[in-house]
Amino acid sequence: MPANLEKGGFSFENHTRNIQLEQRGHKPPKATSTGTTIVGLIYKDGIVLGADTRATEGPIVADKNCEKIHYLAPNMYCCGAGTAADTEFSTNLISSKLELHRLQTGRQARVVTAMTMLKQMLFKYQGHIGAALVLGGYDLNGPQLYTIAPHGSTDKLPYVTMGSGSLAAMAIFENGWKKDMEKEQAIKLVQDAIEAGIFNDLGSGSNVDVTVITKDGVEYLRNYGKPNERGQKENSYKYPKGTTKILTSKVRDLVVVEDMDLS
Amino acid sequence: MAMVGKNCVAIACDKRFGVQALTLGMDFDKIFPVNDKLMIGLAGLATDVETLHEKFRFKVNMYKLNEDREITPKTFAHLVSSTLYEKRFGPYFVDPVVAGLNPDGTPFICSTDLIGCINFAKDFVVAGTASSMMYGMCESLWEPDLEPESLFETISQAMLNAVDRDASSGWGILVHVITPEKIISRTLRARMD
Repeated sequence: MPANLEKGGFSFENHTRNIQLEQRGHKPPKATSTGTTIVGLIYKDGIVLGADTRATEGPIVADKNCEKIHYLAPNMYCCGAGTAADTEFSTNLISSKLELHRLQTGRQARVVTAMTMLKQMLFKYQGHIGAALVLGGYDLNGPQLYTIAPHGSTDKLPYVTMGSGSLAAMAIFENGWKKDMEKEQAIKLVQDAIEAGIFNDLGSGSNVDVTVITKDGVEYLRNYGKPNERGQKENSYKYPKGTTKILTSKVRDLVVVEDMDLS
Repeated sequence: MAMVGKNCVAIACDKRFGVQALTLGMDFDKIFPVNDKLMIGLAGLATDVETLHEKFRFKVNMYKLNEDREITPKTFAHLVSSTLYEKRFGPYFVDPVVAGLNPDGTPFICSTDLIGCINFAKDFVVAGTASSMMYGMCESLWEPDLEPESLFETISQAMLNAVDRDASSGWGILVHVITPEKIISRTLRARMD
């Protein structure tokens, strides 16, 4: 594999082999997905985005405190639901493209630009990249909020929810959203919506992350709500030294001691 | 499986090599050193474990030559991640675990899924067929700030007891504890059935 021949893009070299393996009964390991409740809303001065922090591998909780609000540009953030690797890599890719675009044009990147880049990429892959996104940002056209589905369709709405907990969260939004809310009101509503997802949807859980985007900048409130803090362990389960029977033991010293002639 | 201790990390694996229910080998090491203070464990399809190990070795050597410095755990984790995501639509059947010490001596562990989604953990990570059992063991045994010797006992017991409840893992266990001064590598007495 000469380094100078490496090109970008996906490689399909294992694809046929993997189909054969699966036919012979070898199951692939499960990919991490984010069952997820992600939401966003427009309030008086900008955007509030919210997300839960659970990542799952089938029925197992793989990460109890993951980050689902991804950075896109200084004025734009994006919540991701679906296949965890896909949301991570597609937002990273678009983030790089937006930065290059900003440098090329000498202007701040617009939210529609990010939205168009994302939807064109996802449509190109016909839904095989399983990223469901909530994109929020503030540019010269004011605050904007979009949802982008894995197949590339988009919605532009004043309040949106996505992921497996979207129904629970939308119920809270439909009940409580008003036009031109104050910041505190908006954050509270987002927190309530995410908590509805955390408690009523099995794919969502743990903590509430919130990001507020305004004309003046971004406030990233990591673990803004912690409704599921773990209780203190009352006992220690430390094993005494020598519990485990050792067969062989090898120690490699990393500190090299050299004798010095000091005379 | 990998665990964080006080200024140290531990990484452990079983040593079985087999085709579904048929055991072929009992000395298949799944943990590979990346540099003095960094190791990667690869659980999954043996051919991919071997292929990826060679690939990472090549990439880390190229990095060392280009940058004239050792790769940091975080950079290496991203290298693993993007190598796997390149094969998003024809993945390697592996579950990698990375454990090492940062240049400032703080512990670092992470795992990724087969398509490269990184899970940075502050406590422990697990991978492979016995993962659900290992989650249970780690969740109850692990506690913060374990000294190297305590960390060794904790990870060893977590591993031994988890693996005993998985039919397709076992046949010996290997544990490495990485501290700023030394690497302690031990094989454990385990059930051989």
